Amino acid sequence: METWFFFILGGTALLAAINVVAQSRVFYSALSLILCLVALSGLYLLLEAPFIAAVQIIVYAGAIMVLFLLVIMLLDPFSAQLIRDKRKYLSYLGIILAAAVLIFLYRFLQTYEPTMAPKTSTPVMGGVGSPGNLGRVLFSEYLLPFEMTSVLILIAIIGAVVLARRRP
Amino acid sequence: MDIHYYLILSALLFVVGAAGVILKKNVISIFLCIELMLNLDQVHGQIFVFFVMVVAAAEAAVGLAITIALYRHRGTLNVDDADLMKW
Repeated sequence: METWFFFILGGTALLAAINVVAQSRVFYSALSLILCLVALSGLYLLLEAPFIAAVQIIVYAGAIMVLFLLVIMLLDPFSAQLIRDKRKYLSYLGIILAAAVLIFLYRFLQTYEPTMAPKTSTPVMGGVGSPGNLGRVLFSEYLLPFEMTSVLILIAIIGAVVLARRRP
Repeated sequence: MDIHYYLILSALLFVVGAAGVILKKNVISIFLCIELMLNLDQVHGQIFVFFVMVVAAAEAAVGLAITIALYRHRGTLNVDDADLMKW
């Protein structure tokens, strides 16, 4: 049963991802990416990470993709759709490079052992993926990275406002 | 369910995103592919998923601001037209 769910969700995610690349209109590309993200959040549920799955839908499929769609609709959608590449050889080069990276990654991932993954020293209560446990680890062991990401977000906000401002 | 299946799936999706970055000519398409790639290293380690999501959100905000500024200055979204720094 779990295997079936994995193949259905994974296949959906993969096809949606290929559609993101193959689509010539940016708007459909973004919609396809949303489908891919939703399928991935289903995979998180299979991995027993319900909180991550919810955050994936709320933050990624909700906030970030709405931002993308807003910008796509704000800028001229018709000029965006008409951009075509004259140099055909570049696309073959891209596919060859992607296949090379895939072969390299496959050989690397085959030797991967799950026991080598970093473990947290905080005791686990009520399932690894439970929100309470995640929050406990986040605010004790990973407090410094957490505070640094808030500074990073502040910098990104200021940078985005400065960059997108209309010059007087 | 073996963890290797998840790893192979994320490698596949990552490669699709990487190919998209090379193939596309539209700035927004390239951003979408970068988002796709950022999503796929997340299958292991739940705390790190958070940090990757935060960085992706910050990257999306700044990237879209750059896109708007580029469109305002050049009137196009084709990356080949933004070649001022290309020698």
